[in-house]
Amino acid sequence: MNIDSINNGFVIDHITAGKAMEIYEILGLDKLDCPVAMIMNVKSERMGKKDIIKIDAPIDINFEALGYVDSEITVNIIENGNLVGKHTISLPEKIVDIIKCKNPRCITSCEQGIKHEFHLVDKEKRIYRCAYCETAYK
Amino acid sequence: MRHLFDIVDLSVEEIDELISVAEDIIENPDKYANACNRKKLATLFFEPSTRTRLSFEAAMLELGGSILGFSSADSSSAAKGESVTDTVRTVGCYADIIAMRHPKEGAPVAAARRTTVPIINAGDGGHNHPTQTLADLLTIHREKGRTDNLTVGFCGDLKFGRTVHSLVNALSRYSGIKFVFVSPDELKIPDYIKEGVLKQGNIPYTEENRLEGVIDKLDILYMTRVQRERFFNEADYIRLRDCYILDNKKLEKANSDLIVMHPLPRVNEIAVEVDDDPRACYFKQVLNGKYIRMALILKLLGVKV
Repeated sequence: MNIDSINNGFVIDHITAGKAMEIYEILGLDKLDCPVAMIMNVKSERMGKKDIIKIDAPIDINFEALGYVDSEITVNIIENGNLVGKHTISLPEKIVDIIKCKNPRCITSCEQGIKHEFHLVDKEKRIYRCAYCETAYK
Repeated sequence: MRHLFDIVDLSVEEIDELISVAEDIIENPDKYANACNRKKLATLFFEPSTRTRLSFEAAMLELGGSILGFSSADSSSAAKGESVTDTVRTVGCYADIIAMRHPKEGAPVAAARRTTVPIINAGDGGHNHPTQTLADLLTIHREKGRTDNLTVGFCGDLKFGRTVHSLVNALSRYSGIKFVFVSPDELKIPDYIKEGVLKQGNIPYTEENRLEGVIDKLDILYMTRVQRERFFNEADYIRLRDCYILDNKKLEKANSDLIVMHPLPRVNEIAVEVDDDPRACYFKQVLNGKYIRMALILKLLGVKV
């Protein structure tokens, strides 16, 4: 299967196999006017199988969101057809407006215009707690 | 800008300093009588309270300051649908410091992000109630002479009781503390307290179903009310509310220097006959609550006496 290389944009590589669709949605890639290629179940020496997303436009990428979904990802930055930089992603300490608190007693359940903010409290277990009510996100 | 949302926002040293200032206020009230002259405290109570609101107001008045505010959401613009953050931002234009109670958890955190004055959490749903914990710690210090090396029993609703969670959190930072949790299975202390506070801090604790078997081992017995408003289901409330009642008969087995505490209001979990026992300290807690809130107001306003 051949996918054209891109001129200016990003290649999101080393996505855990099966997570590309989640990333597509969380980054809002369906709202872009540029070509986006999702390549799934690609053979990988390091990972066995992986997903890749290619975005042919220099958009603003929400690295916090990427890190929350999959902290193993690499983001390659492409300019004029050349690789000019690489970002490795880590689990973010804070995430804003990516997930919503599910506690019905939390102030975020009723207050308008409030940001849904979570803080990483346990890196090993990947536990995030709401910045307002401290409920763990499951 | 310094706020108080949770008891753990204060270091042990800061808590000890607040206790020390509160005890100085008790010894030398005249010294503090004008400490907050021309300062205003707003008490924003979006749900009902007797002790906490009046305690904050009495505290500010005794410091020579003034008070303003409301005592229910119905008597504020919240009834017209105004957001909490807008209400608090507005009041921040009139007052120097705000004490707020709101039924939603985390409301003070949201409010503090939109105002320029210190916010004190006076209770946010079942989440935190740090000034009750400060009142409890002052009471323990005054009655036992220390806040470490104590065996502390908690009895009743340990699942929804925010005062229990806050006090467990606070006492866990002192050395030599042991806990005994007495509750029905449905109202046990939550796992996040066991995992996040007790196991992490290597704090010894036991869980019991009956008070009679453990009351003689305690230095402190902290009773709690089974609160109707924390239940989704009325039938569960009625079934569990009378489970753990303290009376003179149960107290016979307790140590002579035990202290009995309760955040109040009580319904029937402590029989009225216990009020005359010298070990009953719950009304002392009420008084201590005013003094520790005075110390806290001074600290957050940066007033030195």
